[in-house]
Amino acid sequence: MAERSFAKEVKLLRQGAGSELHVEGILAVTKALLQSGVSYVGGYQGAPISHLMDVLSDAKEILDELDVYFENSASEATAAAMLAASVHYPMRGAVAFKSTVGLNVASDALANLASGGVKGGALVILGEDYGEGSSIMQERSHAFAMKSQMWLLDPRPNITAIVDAVQKGFELSEASNTPVMLDIRLRSNHLHGSFIAEDNKRPQMTVTEAVENPKRDLSRIVLPPASFLHEHEKISQRWPAAVEYIRKNKMNEFFDGEAEDIGIIVQGGLYNTLNRGLELLGCSDAFGNTKVPMYVMNVTYPVIDQEVIDFCSGKKAVLLLEEGQPDYIEQNINSILRKAASDTALHGKDFLPMAGEYQTHVIVKGLATFLGQYRPELISSTPSLLLPADNPSSPFAPRVDAKQVQARPPGLCTGCPERPIFSAMKLAEREIGQEHHVSADIGCHLFAINEPFNLGATTMGYGLGSAGASALNAQGADRSTVAVMGDGGFWHNGLTSGVGNAVFNKNDQVLVIVDNAYAAATGGQDVLSTSTKSSTRSTQHPIEKAVRGVGVKWVKTVTNTYEIGKLRDVFINAFTTDAPGPKVIIAQSECMLNKERRDKPARAQAIKSGKRVVRQRFGVDAETCTGDHACIRVSGCPSLTIKDNPDPMRTDPVATVIDSCVGCGVCGANAHAASLCPSFYRTDVVINPNLADRILGSVRSAWITMLSSTVERRAMKYEVAA
Amino acid sequence: MSSWESGRRPITIAILAMGGEGGGVLSNWMVALGESSGYTAQSTSVAGVAQRTGATVYYVELYPDSYPAGKGSARQEPILSVFPTPGQVDVVIASELMEAGRALQRGFSTPDRTTLIASTNRVYSVTEKMELGDGRVDVESLLASAKAGSKLLIAADFGRLAQTAGSVISASLFGAFAGSGVLPVPRENFEETIRESGKGIERSLAAFSLGFTAAQEAAALAEAEKAHPKRPSGPGPVRLTIGMRPPQDPEAEAAEAEAKRHHELAISNPRSLVGPHLERRMDRVSQFPEAARSMVVHGCVRTAVFQSPEYTDLYLERAERFIGFDRARDDDQAELTLEAARHIALWMAYQDTIQVALQKVRAHRLEGVRKEAKAGEGQLTQVREYLHPQIDEIADTLPTSLGRWLSNSAFMEKIVGKVTRSGMIVNTTSVFGFSTLRILASMRPMRPRSLRYGREQLAIEAWLDTAIDVAQVDYELACGVVKAARVLKGYGQTLSHGNESFGKLMAVVPSLLGREEAAKTFNSLIQEALKDEDGVALDQALERLALSQVS
Repeated sequence: MAERSFAKEVKLLRQGAGSELHVEGILAVTKALLQSGVSYVGGYQGAPISHLMDVLSDAKEILDELDVYFENSASEATAAAMLAASVHYPMRGAVAFKSTVGLNVASDALANLASGGVKGGALVILGEDYGEGSSIMQERSHAFAMKSQMWLLDPRPNITAIVDAVQKGFELSEASNTPVMLDIRLRSNHLHGSFIAEDNKRPQMTVTEAVENPKRDLSRIVLPPASFLHEHEKISQRWPAAVEYIRKNKMNEFFDGEAEDIGIIVQGGLYNTLNRGLELLGCSDAFGNTKVPMYVMNVTYPVIDQEVIDFCSGKKAVLLLEEGQPDYIEQNINSILRKAASDTALHGKDFLPMAGEYQTHVIVKGLATFLGQYRPELISSTPSLLLPADNPSSPFAPRVDAKQVQARPPGLCTGCPERPIFSAMKLAEREIGQEHHVSADIGCHLFAINEPFNLGATTMGYGLGSAGASALNAQGADRSTVAVMGDGGFWHNGLTSGVGNAVFNKNDQVLVIVDNAYAAATGGQDVLSTSTKSSTRSTQHPIEKAVRGVGVKWVKTVTNTYEIGKLRDVFINAFTTDAPGPKVIIAQSECMLNKERRDKPARAQAIKSGKRVVRQRFGVDAETCTGDHACIRVSGCPSLTIKDNPDPMRTDPVATVIDSCVGCGVCGANAHAASLCPSFYRTDVVINPNLADRILGSVRSAWITMLSSTVERRAMKYEVAA
Repeated sequence: MSSWESGRRPITIAILAMGGEGGGVLSNWMVALGESSGYTAQSTSVAGVAQRTGATVYYVELYPDSYPAGKGSARQEPILSVFPTPGQVDVVIASELMEAGRALQRGFSTPDRTTLIASTNRVYSVTEKMELGDGRVDVESLLASAKAGSKLLIAADFGRLAQTAGSVISASLFGAFAGSGVLPVPRENFEETIRESGKGIERSLAAFSLGFTAAQEAAALAEAEKAHPKRPSGPGPVRLTIGMRPPQDPEAEAAEAEAKRHHELAISNPRSLVGPHLERRMDRVSQFPEAARSMVVHGCVRTAVFQSPEYTDLYLERAERFIGFDRARDDDQAELTLEAARHIALWMAYQDTIQVALQKVRAHRLEGVRKEAKAGEGQLTQVREYLHPQIDEIADTLPTSLGRWLSNSAFMEKIVGKVTRSGMIVNTTSVFGFSTLRILASMRPMRPRSLRYGREQLAIEAWLDTAIDVAQVDYELACGVVKAARVLKGYGQTLSHGNESFGKLMAVVPSLLGREEAAKTFNSLIQEALKDEDGVALDQALERLALSQVS
């Protein structure tokens, strides 16, 4: 069950021709797929494209009606390999995943796919994770397009342009027998805008028809000698066919401007930012009426030589806006211009930064340099961001004491079942007096790298937590290494790349598998070991069984991570045992976000219908708390925070539990396991009490009143009642 | 003039929030509102890891349809940006005060253009929460920066307003956005947007309304202030121990008022602040400097409830030792006596098992717990304590000889350790649980014969002697020595680390005495001791100090 439901939004997917849809980017892409007559769709979730997978899941009914096959692939490699269905059959297929990590995983399949080429349109939709808010290493997808020769579309951040790119992408793929990558930039995925819909189309051929009429063409299979021919074919046939389609269909755009002797070449994805930059300098308006001629590359690979030459002819200089490095396009255009003996000067990374996201202020500065050199009279206004930072009118003038604004990196949610795992690990380390090398993985548990846990040294990729510790397998060492892996990463590849590898190579590592029942970091998608039943997929396959299946002998499954004491003891056991081979600890508790989403409505319903419900939350006695915050240092829960000390004598803030507490019990368990302090308590409020509750309640209340009266009487001698 | 400068440009709105706070809902409302009110709307956000409580930015542009594309335009629909541009943001909405600071830091909020709508509530960062002392950033400075860094600052606790209405902050902030008047759209359109969005409409509208009013009031106040700038008032004679909070916080306001009342009564009529058995002792309070009297009264009550009126006499005797030093000074702050009165009482009323048990069974405590859990009148509520008495803590409460035997016995340690390793959960609201804690609390008369009592009194005397000795030479350093007791906090391991740090601090005092800036150095050492639990920061600071002394 994914984090966000699109059940309401997917109804829009049924809208027919002519209706105007106001939607998010991901929904527009889905609609465009249906309008293109796609036969099958797959993919693997990951920001910023997770929600595309969730939309498709929620749209199952509509997909079924149109005979479109959909699956949640096991990995990006699986998704890419799925496109093999378009090799022999005239079926349009699309897969989606996160770039560039997804491309890394998928590149074997994509290289093979691109070698043989495709008959039906094959579209790889990339959720580009580059720039502010990205969670991965910063690299370009462009390299993958070049190395395997797949075309790369980079549409403007505009819903209509994105929808158009999907439909043209399929046609381009078919026209050139080449898979096409559609790059949707980080902010475009959640871009909200509108477009005019068309009718959905049934696929030209359904997967059922393909299965029932098997075909194969030896020349399309990647096997010598065909594979040698493929390389030549790419250059002699597919490339020219692509260029022809792109030019004929005007996929790239040209805009005239009064300053004919200069020009700007821009990646489609940067077009809006460029226009804003020109607006700020007084060189364009909100409708793109630019004073500087512009060539917008909505297709960034291949670069069309003739278009570049035509655009540059008669210009003394052009500026290229190309985000990221290396500067592949700049090198390419330089080579084109040189071969054409053009004397147009090409500027790019000399005026703009080589690395990093091209946000508006970056582009404005680059434009100002370029125009300042060639046509300074065009600049009719100077935005404040061009002022030096020491000018008080600059937006970057220091306006706040830097110490007052601290970094706020993402962390584990309130009630997260992973928090106690790391608390327990820390406590176990403290008890045996040994720290460990911790090899981390991708997933929510990666947040343990930050305060307050500070656990984790490297992260090598999804599912590679165990493999990342494989070299550190010293037989003579006095301790083992620790590896962490999530259930998402485990099923993605960790079972083989990590667990199997550790068994095979007799690695003594302690491997913690965080089993929260979903791929929680990507938005709570189901995995094989998801604890709840699913009507559309086969779930409830325990991780322990899989691990034992590949030969692990030492496996301990802890079914409730909130029992920190117990978990700590399991860690101590794993750290100190002499058993050879990997020690696998499967730490299970359901992702609290998902659980709450399911339980909350049920609880509200139960209360409404008069059923007995116990509402739990934790609290801290401000009087007993001495304000040392030890509890926070082993937890970091967002609901466990601090407040002014209500005691007029004490000065330091006390710990407090705020209303967002979901009553998971970690703070209490921590207080117990770490012998922290006696300030923690749990309150159980009984809603709709039954008779037994009421009788017990009144007996207790009478007893307490009686016993406490002597306490209060004594205190009254010294205190004045508040 | 460029089209941008002439106003043919979108209204730009940046929302700085933390993942999961409803920034998405807020930007969706803005888009829907814009589309129904004559604007072309676009919003973007950065999903990904930002959703898990991390800081994140949502960005909305609303382009007025009253400026359509001209004939033969390159595009027919306006080209909107996906990034907020520093210096070009019309409205910044910050769901929390430090996020408002971030908006300033990133250049989104600027004095020439931006209406900054900032919720003054704080969601503390992990770094702020982790420190052993008070790691919170300065709210006053953030607010002052926000005021200086915006054209109009609309600051109110929109989180609390939303809570009052049983809704979430996105609704009250949407109200504030409407109330700010930046978007020339009637209030009804805003409310209609909420109505059409579906869930929790009534509560959202209530929160919207509160936010709307608060914003209008805040805006009016800011305008008035701009017209008649107030001179900053100097610090009054009342020294408050609670942290300065924005004045909107009713809890902080009440605490401030109570502190003021207590301070005044402690001077005019201290007897009214204590129970009948302490009244006579209040006559001794008048010999203290006025600034310290409120604290002395608190200390008297604290020590009496902790042990006995005779114990209070001991407390007064100890505190009185400092009076002379302040009498000789010409400022009326009486810092040394005030801090001595504070820390002597806190140390004397140390948190042992008996004291904790007493705190747990007090009537006002149980009432507070019910209130916090939002339990209705008569609603059944159970309170369970998470306790884990350690062998040392048990030994500490026993009579000296018995306690010493217990803490030295390996056998007993094993037995007690087994029982207490995983702690115990006591239901205070049950007959058995309450009785147990009540019996523990009633062990108070045994306390003066306990192992810990003897140890603490010796330590207190030694500390006070040091402070008095230092005070003869260096008043400021003596204040530091008194305040060093602040590092004695926590339970179990935390407390023993605190004890270690305290020992190190006391040990360094003689070498500082007579040196220039001794107090400043010593106070910074106290800060270091509060930085981490294992004393690494303090050790490093001491090492640096030793080096500087050699050279």
